[in-house]
Amino acid sequence: MLHIVNKSPYEKSALASCLAHATKGSAVLLIEDGVYAVVQGGTVEAELRQAMGRLELYALSADLEARGMKDKVIDGVKLVDYGGFVDLVAAHRTNQSWL
Amino acid sequence: MSETTGGIDLEEDTSGVVKKFMFVNRRAPYGTIYALEALEVVLISAAFDQDVSLAFLDDGVYQLVKGQHTKGVDMKNFSPTYRALEGYDIEKLYVERESLEARGLSEDQLIVPVEVMSSEELAARMDEQDVVIGF
Repeated sequence: MLHIVNKSPYEKSALASCLAHATKGSAVLLIEDGVYAVVQGGTVEAELRQAMGRLELYALSADLEARGMKDKVIDGVKLVDYGGFVDLVAAHRTNQSWL
Repeated sequence: MSETTGGIDLEEDTSGVVKKFMFVNRRAPYGTIYALEALEVVLISAAFDQDVSLAFLDDGVYQLVKGQHTKGVDMKNFSPTYRALEGYDIEKLYVERESLEARGLSEDQLIVPVEVMSSEELAARMDEQDVVIGF
């Protein structure tokens, strides 16, 4: 399963709910305001690091760049471009958007 | 009159009256239209010679982060506009310290000079206003 989150974790509970429901080995892709979750030093970092032990974490590069956050990403989060986004969708049997 | 004009009496001659207006920014840029719309309204307000201030709290602090490059998402990078506000005599930019800290941000990562203050201080500033408009 590929989970897609596009909301800021500081404004909405979408990411928290996603992480609570994503099963081991699932992939989580953060896009749009969702990318704020992977920025170093925030209060969400601990929760995210914990999730990284059992989930694959990805973030859309262009969205990080737009928000001035590209060089502040937590280690271990993989950055993808739009082509990588398509590859992730194609590689998983199902995907779920946490709007 | 106040039903449709938000309490502003359009009939009365109010030229020369200066009110304290605060625009409260609580949303991240790009993900929604709020931040850009707020900026438009702030620029319009500059034409009315009012006492205007901007508050940035919660995800609103993300609006002021340096180094935004939006080419990849094909949207307008409006962050340089915050630097132009000074030219419109809008110089009161307040940023909530707790919001910065929770997001791992610091004052030196912001695109414009601002006054960083606690949420308690910001609440006091809000209380002083004649009009508070939230985005």
